[in-house]
Amino acid sequence: MSVPQPSLIQARALTKRFGEFIAVDAIDFDVAPGESFGFLGPNGAGKTSTMRMIGCVSPVSSGSLTVLGMDPRVDPARIKARIGVAPQQDSLDMELTVRENLVIYGRYFDLSRREAGRRADELLEFVQLSDRAKSQVEPLSGGMKRRLTIARSLINEPSLLLLDEPTTGLDPQARHLLWDRLYRLKQRGVTLVLTTHYMDEAEQLCDRLVVMDKAKIVAEGSPRELIERYSTREVLELRFPSEIMDTLDGQLDGLANRVERLPDRVLLYADDGEAAAVAVHERGLRPEATLVRRSTLEDVFLRLTGRTLID
Amino acid sequence: MSAAFHVFEYNLWSYRRIWRGTLFSTFLSPILFLAAMGIGLGAFVDRSGASALGGVSYAAFLAPGLLAGQAMQTAGFESTYPIMGALIWDRTYHGMLATPITVPSIVFGQLAWLAVRLSLVAAAFFLVMVAFGLVVSPLGVLSIPIAVLTGLAFGAPIMAFSATQRNDQGFAALFRFGLTPMFLFSGTFFPIDQLPGKLQLVAELLPLHHGVALARHLCLGDEASMVEQVAHLGVLSAYVAIGATAALYTFRRALVK
Repeated sequence: MSVPQPSLIQARALTKRFGEFIAVDAIDFDVAPGESFGFLGPNGAGKTSTMRMIGCVSPVSSGSLTVLGMDPRVDPARIKARIGVAPQQDSLDMELTVRENLVIYGRYFDLSRREAGRRADELLEFVQLSDRAKSQVEPLSGGMKRRLTIARSLINEPSLLLLDEPTTGLDPQARHLLWDRLYRLKQRGVTLVLTTHYMDEAEQLCDRLVVMDKAKIVAEGSPRELIERYSTREVLELRFPSEIMDTLDGQLDGLANRVERLPDRVLLYADDGEAAAVAVHERGLRPEATLVRRSTLEDVFLRLTGRTLID
Repeated sequence: MSAAFHVFEYNLWSYRRIWRGTLFSTFLSPILFLAAMGIGLGAFVDRSGASALGGVSYAAFLAPGLLAGQAMQTAGFESTYPIMGALIWDRTYHGMLATPITVPSIVFGQLAWLAVRLSLVAAAFFLVMVAFGLVVSPLGVLSIPIAVLTGLAFGAPIMAFSATQRNDQGFAALFRFGLTPMFLFSGTFFPIDQLPGKLQLVAELLPLHHGVALARHLCLGDEASMVEQVAHLGVLSAYVAIGATAALYTFRRALVK
């Protein structure tokens, strides 16, 4: 007999308003302990506002929210003591060295200097910055700064880690290194909650995610479930010369479950992409480029909102 | 309480990088001012007879005023650019708020740090005054805490102001149209009874005059009524209290959205 796990985060009709503007519109979600949970959506969808409410730095406008079983309105300091936050904008201390950044942050959590120092050395090792311990923050690359931010968010050994767009603006190599470190944290049992507008990131890191658009949650599930529910197994991407793009109306009907016209290409959603490509050729159409690929969360998002994630 | 201490600690750590540079200016500024204005200009003033200043040399009259003025300038600088840096440029305060540190701990931690910075500056200034032989009364040592209080009377409201700014353009205006005129017309260089009646009233409403008057009484050991001194302390304390309350409000507005 299994005891139902209490939620680490529970939101019911959670709402954030800035004056007249509604940034988060009555959303419900639960995050279970040990889970890796994502908010996927374009800029302005309400992801960051939601994260800031969970992190107890932005007051809840209405609805209810519990984090680690506590109410951010009542116990913000106790919640903050047990969570780690890696914000979207780095807030590292330019006056201090890499290691000092970690130690002073440990002091904010009331760790002794010795303990903060011990953890700082461990974390620098973990994010592969030990050799930069004494260097200033300013000359570090974007990826290094981000790793330092994440190391800093771990100084209080949090059971819940909030990551707001952890890899935005990083090059592929830096992203993969960061994903690897986050995956290791997850294996250690740290609950990860992250926002992203990269579908590959969500697919790599999230056990479960919600898709947000215009302040609301429009879908929820594992990446695989969402793709199965809202997309086909494969996608055929076609590019035509622009004068032909304008004359395509009706010509692709019946070739796929769904046809999506984007400004620069046409997407045909079909379980067998190759077969669809052959059928296109049989109709006498000659695309400039043809690509068969697996469905991604980007397709889910397109289906749900009619827009791409990154414009 | 410990949270405010950690905010103080952060300032101390940042300061460790630059303390050598500030040490130089901390001592150099009083030496230059006292040499030029006190000795140089003072020689002229004293030639017209010392009676105008109640029997003391111009340098001895001027020094406590400069001490209070220096505290004001230090507080003005420490409560503008570094606050904007931590609030907007580096977002240090945002990082702090993700931890158990609260907005009041930030405000009180900053004020505590400012008090320590002011103590260092005022103590250095006082040492230079002693070296120049400008401190007449042993009670003069109390002008150090008075300078700290004077600095806080500026620092707290200026901090509150800084948290309302989105960029540093307002600071230049604050120095140019606020602090510099105050430095010149608050009894630092000449007694405020030389000012026209209305300006005299303005000087009495602003904090610097009260810091200057208290520091001067203490250093020169001259006659001053208890009521008068308590009134000076009261005005300075009121500026600190109102400024700190305002800072709690503006910091919250800037940080909690």
